[in-house]
Amino acid sequence: MLSQKTLIRLAPWLVILALGLIWEAVVVGFQVPEFLFPSLSAVWRSTLTHWDPIMMHATQTFLTTLAGFGIAVVVGLVLGAAVGSSPVIYKALYPLLVGFNSIPKVAFVPVLVVWFGIGTIPAILTAFLISFFPVVVNVATGLATLEPELEDVLRSLGASRFDILKKVGLPRAMPYFFASLKVAITLAFVGSVISETVASNLGIGYLMMAASSSMDMALVFAGLIVIGIMGVVMYELFAFAERRLTGWAHRNPNGAL
Amino acid sequence: MDFVRFENVSLAYQPGSPFAIEDVSLSIRENEFISLVGPSGCGKSTVMKLVTGLKPPSKGYVYVDGREVGGPQKCVGMAFQASNLLPWRTTLQNVMLPMEIVEPYRSTLRAKRAEYEEQARALLKRVGLAGFENKFPWELSGGMQQRASICRALIHKPRLLMLDEPFGALDAFTREELWCMVRDLWQEEPFTVVLVTHDLREAVFLADTVYVMSKRPGRILVKREIDLPRPRDLEVTYTEPFAAYVHELREHIGHIRES
Repeated sequence: MLSQKTLIRLAPWLVILALGLIWEAVVVGFQVPEFLFPSLSAVWRSTLTHWDPIMMHATQTFLTTLAGFGIAVVVGLVLGAAVGSSPVIYKALYPLLVGFNSIPKVAFVPVLVVWFGIGTIPAILTAFLISFFPVVVNVATGLATLEPELEDVLRSLGASRFDILKKVGLPRAMPYFFASLKVAITLAFVGSVISETVASNLGIGYLMMAASSSMDMALVFAGLIVIGIMGVVMYELFAFAERRLTGWAHRNPNGAL
Repeated sequence: MDFVRFENVSLAYQPGSPFAIEDVSLSIRENEFISLVGPSGCGKSTVMKLVTGLKPPSKGYVYVDGREVGGPQKCVGMAFQASNLLPWRTTLQNVMLPMEIVEPYRSTLRAKRAEYEEQARALLKRVGLAGFENKFPWELSGGMQQRASICRALIHKPRLLMLDEPFGALDAFTREELWCMVRDLWQEEPFTVVLVTHDLREAVFLADTVYVMSKRPGRILVKREIDLPRPRDLEVTYTEPFAAYVHELREHIGHIRES
């Protein structure tokens, strides 16, 4: 009999395995044609055949995403700190930020293409634009929910606003910040792939676009799976960093998700 | 010379809104232990905000150490009902927090860190927290957290300690232990204390002078000197004079609640 702990560790793999088996069984059992919905084994064969180009495009997407994500983190931290620590800046910027975040970024890609041309730069910028908002909101929330008593303790010691931000505000906002990084990195992948799909001749998005125009559905699915894997790996990386750096906020073993 | 003096002080949190406290005058001697009691919402905490300079008075004047209060005071330590320890810092690091902010410690911290940490350790040991220096706040019991919080309020040797219902969330036995802890700390190296509390026994046991405040808007209704000999032992709380003080104060509060 499996112990509870092993079961928890194995659970995600078991679900993936089951899903893969169902996929394979449905496609093979109902004899779905490959140009509509390829079987998992067909996708796997296609991945092996096109290994080198897939890796090349995946690296491009990965670096593009990281670049956009990096800008989003820096901008998000600065903007979040400003919005969270000043009610005036909060009032001034929030409607604009919310409004901007409501624009579908895919609609914005053509504008970026006009400004910067086809290729990597619009993809980086789309990744940035789509992923900085959760960072801003979370950092601002972390700062704005500072307990007034804690602020009083520091102010009655003669602490400046910057002291309070440095000693209490930012450390207290760190769990919020790391939670937002996990969301932001997955969104950044969405952004860069969208842009590559619309306007690029490099990256997984472009690869999928090219493959679907030649009805190579197995390669399209291979691309989808590669993006998914990259997303999960990056998410786990930030989840790990979060547990290491803000363990104090995750004392409940079920809370460390 | 009075250390803290209120002259006809009123405060409304927003201009135009009703006063939280009205026409409060009181004076506290250097190293006096005073206690403010009264029904909930009577503006006891407002008095604390005024003394520490976190809020300016709407009317009247507040003086600390002979000077009018014009902004946050630097010689004040504060502890609240919630311990407000920082969960990402160990107990020792929490106690060291004021040393990172208050002068002259702040500018000499780099050179004298070992010395200051030794002071913090000594203070923690003094309140029975030896061996818990490197524990995080959430690894301590409620009473221990409150001890650490009071250490943090005292580490920079403030001349004025503000306690806002610091024992309110503790069980009866722990509360009495902490009364004795504060009593001992105060008796060894005296400082001025303002203790806000709902607990009349606590006020009578610890304070030199108890002020009873009215319902909102808070006014000082009664000033009662507690003439029990010091040092006071917990046994004193079971004596006739002690009970008489508590009874008298209780009657004042009863009248306020009825009115």
